[in-house]
Amino acid sequence: MDVSEGGNLYDTIVIGCGMAGLAAGIRLAMFGQRVMILEKHNAPGGLNSFYFQGGRKFDVGLHAVTNFVEGGRGTPLGTLLRQLRLPWDAFKLCPQIGSRIAFPGMDLRFNNSIETLESEVARVFPKDIDAFRKLRKVILEHDALNLESKVQSAREIVGRIIQNPLLQDMLFCPLMYYGSARERDMDFDQFATLWKAIFEEGFARPLEGVRVIIRALLERYRSLGGTRRMKCGVKRILAKNETAHGVELETGEVLEAKQVISTAGWAETKLLCGSQRTDPDILENTGSLSFGETISFLDTKPAELGCGETIIFFNDSDQFHYGKAENPFDLRSGVICFPNNYDYGRSGDLPEGILRVTGIASYDHWTRFNADSYEAQKRNWFPRIIKSAIRFLPGIDWETIEKRTVYQDMFTPRTIEKFTSHLGGAVYGAPRKAKDGRTELSNVFLAGTDQGFLGIVGAMLSGISIANKHVLMSGR
Amino acid sequence: MTKEDIKKVVLDIISEIAPDEDLSNVQPGVRLREQLDLDSMDFLDIVMELRKKHGIEVPEEDYQQLASLDSCADYLTPKFTGVGA
Ligand SMILES: Cc1cc2nc3c(=O)[nH]c(=O)nc-3n(C[C@H](O)[C@H](O)[C@H](O)COP(=O)(O)OP(=O)(O)OC[C@H]3O[C@@H](n4cnc5c(N)ncnc54)[C@H](O)[C@@H]3O)c2cc1C
Repeated sequence: MDVSEGGNLYDTIVIGCGMAGLAAGIRLAMFGQRVMILEKHNAPGGLNSFYFQGGRKFDVGLHAVTNFVEGGRGTPLGTLLRQLRLPWDAFKLCPQIGSRIAFPGMDLRFNNSIETLESEVARVFPKDIDAFRKLRKVILEHDALNLESKVQSAREIVGRIIQNPLLQDMLFCPLMYYGSARERDMDFDQFATLWKAIFEEGFARPLEGVRVIIRALLERYRSLGGTRRMKCGVKRILAKNETAHGVELETGEVLEAKQVISTAGWAETKLLCGSQRTDPDILENTGSLSFGETISFLDTKPAELGCGETIIFFNDSDQFHYGKAENPFDLRSGVICFPNNYDYGRSGDLPEGILRVTGIASYDHWTRFNADSYEAQKRNWFPRIIKSAIRFLPGIDWETIEKRTVYQDMFTPRTIEKFTSHLGGAVYGAPRKAKDGRTELSNVFLAGTDQGFLGIVGAMLSGISIANKHVLMSGR
Repeated sequence: MTKEDIKKVVLDIISEIAPDEDLSNVQPGVRLREQLDLDSMDFLDIVMELRKKHGIEVPEEDYQQLASLDSCADYLTPKFTGVGA
């Protein structure tokens, strides 16, 4: 291939400056590759970015960094830090206080030690504790990180071991909320990965939020000579004979590269390669699960109001429904997060109280509203979402929250699509993942959300694994 | 380069990729994985560093030759001689 005149020949172009793109970029730059990360948005971080509004710092996504283990060698977090050659404390993670799965009249508490969940299951479901232990054993023996493995139904496998449908649902609820792109069911690999990430390992958070993680990654990438361009959307991946030779930017500029790693998503990457949005395979593999969230800043700490827990996964119905929302917001279930309730120790404390409530929201509804009715709908749904959530926070009422709120914001599926370009505002991407990262082009690889490792830690591991497997190991 | 030099090269690389491991007592005849917390991703990094620092290529099918310090030395000696290092 000719080196183009502007010196625009890169070894690897990475599409997307989220967790996966940055991690892949670091790995490649570490071994001397010329890497260029291209990002459409003006801020790095992708689905887990941050912004300022009303003089306050907001995290887009972060409830919790999963996979947290104190000094955890041989765990996903330990592996990824080592692979990126970052020190153990690079992300300044502080552990959670404690979380809960709340169903009608029934609670399962858990924290960063699996024994807590196990004893809660023994207390609430004494007849099912052996089945729980058996399931746990199956999960611990399962190699979920195998990039070549087949899709299996988690509902089927779990259902064979645990008979009690209520316990099944209670265990599925947090795992689905934190990473299922499929409605009603999950791939068993995904289930096992999230089980370990949430129940066996646990939650943590840097005091200053996701920006600490993004800053550490950016710094590392830059120190290795990696380059990036922001506000720089890729319009097309240029290919000849099933091989990509570069990308065309939205500005028309062309950048050449030997290979491309895309973190934009499966369908989104196909569109960049020339597919149409109405093509059957694109329609069929576009995720239908999107979320909305309310964020309330309070003039008091949640603990002062009697809310000392970190995260509460709630569901009010006999069955847990995880699927496309039929109303703008599905109020039957959701996730409450109090970012204050981490053990920040000597790092300090957040200046204000924060209450976040997340739930399944309908992309179709929120994108159909015009600008005026969109704002009106947000105002209409905001209190309904919080009222639904506080049913699971004994001792606190809507009037108190209303009185104590000093600032609020809300995002919807429309916001997610706008800032991350994920079709359908699908936070967890396509229901069918491309685990091996391959695409129809021999030198274009998928990493991140649609490769199948999800969440902050998952996305970074995905970027690392794909860079290793398809670029470094093959000597490209 | 002598075999001892090569063992030193490999240990230096390991100390870079796994700074939290104690390398003061590594037995040359024993598999590295049995003494240290190293996984396949770490072995990939040993290979990548050999390429970056010393221009030495280790094809994937030969990764197992890097199992212990002694086997590293045996396997890598001709390669180091080959590149005139
Ligand atoms: C509201 C919310 C809450 C979340 N909470 C948590 C949590 O508490 N804990 C957790 O672990 N995970 C959480 N997640 C999930 C986590 O954020 C994601 O799984 C992870 O960030 C995905 O990273 P990624 O790099 O794969 O994808 P992305 O972050 O989506 O990165 C892809 C990037 O590609 C860019 N891009 C797309 N198309 C183009 C193009 N054509 N040209 C240039 N750039 C392009 C996008 O702008 C984006 O920046 C949450 C997500 C959301 C939305």
